[in-house]
Amino acid sequence: MTEVFTSGFWAQYGSLLIQGTQDTLVMTVISTVFAYVLGLPLGVLLSITQPHGICPHKWLNRILGWIINVGRSLPFIILMVAIMDFTKLIVGTKIGIRGAIVPLVISAAPFIARMVETSMAEVDAGVVEAAQAMGASPLQIIWKVYLPEAKPSLLLGGSISIITILAYTAIAGAVGAGGLGDLAIRYGYQRRTPSMMLVTVILIIILVQVIQSVFSWLSAKIDKRLK
Amino acid sequence: MSMIEIEHLTKTFPGANAVTALDDVSLNIESGEIFGIIGLSGAGKSTLVRCMNLLERPTSGVVRVNGAELTGLADRNLRKARQSIGMIFQGFNLLMQRTALDNVCFPLELGGMSRSEARKKARPFLELVGLEDRENAYPTQLSGGQKQRVAIARTLVTDPKVILCDEATSALDPTTTQSILALLKELNEKLGVTVVVITHEMKVVEQICDRVAIIADSHIVEQGAVADVFHHPQTAAARQLITPKGAISEKSAIHGPLYRITFDGSTSDQPIVSGMVLASGAPVNIWYADTKDIDGKAHGQMLLELPKDQVLTQKMLAFLKSQQVTYEREEAEYYD
Repeated sequence: MTEVFTSGFWAQYGSLLIQGTQDTLVMTVISTVFAYVLGLPLGVLLSITQPHGICPHKWLNRILGWIINVGRSLPFIILMVAIMDFTKLIVGTKIGIRGAIVPLVISAAPFIARMVETSMAEVDAGVVEAAQAMGASPLQIIWKVYLPEAKPSLLLGGSISIITILAYTAIAGAVGAGGLGDLAIRYGYQRRTPSMMLVTVILIIILVQVIQSVFSWLSAKIDKRLK
Repeated sequence: MSMIEIEHLTKTFPGANAVTALDDVSLNIESGEIFGIIGLSGAGKSTLVRCMNLLERPTSGVVRVNGAELTGLADRNLRKARQSIGMIFQGFNLLMQRTALDNVCFPLELGGMSRSEARKKARPFLELVGLEDRENAYPTQLSGGQKQRVAIARTLVTDPKVILCDEATSALDPTTTQSILALLKELNEKLGVTVVVITHEMKVVEQICDRVAIIADSHIVEQGAVADVFHHPQTAAARQLITPKGAISEKSAIHGPLYRITFDGSTSDQPIVSGMVLASGAPVNIWYADTKDIDGKAHGQMLLELPKDQVLTQKMLAFLKSQQVTYEREEAEYYD
């Protein structure tokens, strides 16, 4: 594995690794954004329709909970294969980065909805009650109480979601999505190049560490309860 | 004019073990007064105040505030009506991610005012509660008393007709409690705002309330001017509140009859207890005493155990009568 330190290794694989890192980041970021577009409202709806929520609605809450549980029960690799035709319908291809984003979003959105629900549950019920006593509408309570008060927790949840999606992109690599996971499988495993395996694993570890640190720092920085 | 009218209010919490928190409660709170509602934990007082702005929807009955029948309003109109009913809480309930000033801005923003305009309007109210130098502090940087002041400023900013206080001083130390009560009293006098105080502490009612209602077992058992209710409690529930539980326990060895002596200010500053002892030549046992001197006159209550010997007891009571001190025989069971 010592060839990792030789210039020959980097001449041969350097550009592949850079491209792979880029692909992984693009898939992760775009998927996270779309997964939140779906998951955030879903989580909010799930939270406010609970029996003690601000808009209790038993059946809507049950149906949402059921859909989310179904979404979360499917292992990512199975979901990805199972919805390939749907993926093609949406983005025009089953493979590559674009082909990976659709299943990534669908798989991560229910997960994110649960994270959002948990963050909202951390908001002091008394503060919500005070807002109601002042005549706030449910929409105002969501925008002006729940989301701003839960922001530090939502950000920490965000880091967990991104890292989960990052891990999924590596799985997507197994079916030709590109990215670091793809390199690890094609070069590290199929072509028996342990040095490539090592480098891709290290790169993924670095990405996870950086994402977690940045979000933890940001969450602590904006949380006024810690001042 | 009545500010709050409650008619035949009943609130039942459904479920396997259904609880009736309020049972046919009727109450009138006048405009501009400070009205106390006192009761032990679980008596239903919190539910009652939460029915006054419909945070809790009554099972039946009518709630009218400032002429509007809240129980008949649709959601949108109820929200509008709530803007003129302020509420402060035991836990302060400030937004933790907003500064003191922005917390005061919050109800204005709900009404559609921009943040900068709201800040301009909110500042004088922070000044009114004495926190003008802490406007950029976040709630975690404030003491309990300061947090409650921010909460008070937050209710005042929308010019409410009523402020509901749900155990607003129960989480505060005695000194801070005093200052918050003084502030409420001052605001009541200055702005004419009606104040409803829910508490389990007699001292709170004594210090600021004009009238008081005693709530026990989901009913209002007594109400009237504070002095009348406190000096001549008619019900066991009232006596239990005035002489708190714990003064006498089951283990207390009481041999003689218990008498409650009330100092209602009409008594001159005579040494009453010494007088009783001297008049009869027998000792008394003080089980509980809470008296204070207001303008040279004694106010408060004492719970005394008199001698078992009836003759001696009669001598003591005769002495009390001669001094025009009010007394009442007490049953020890009240304190079980």
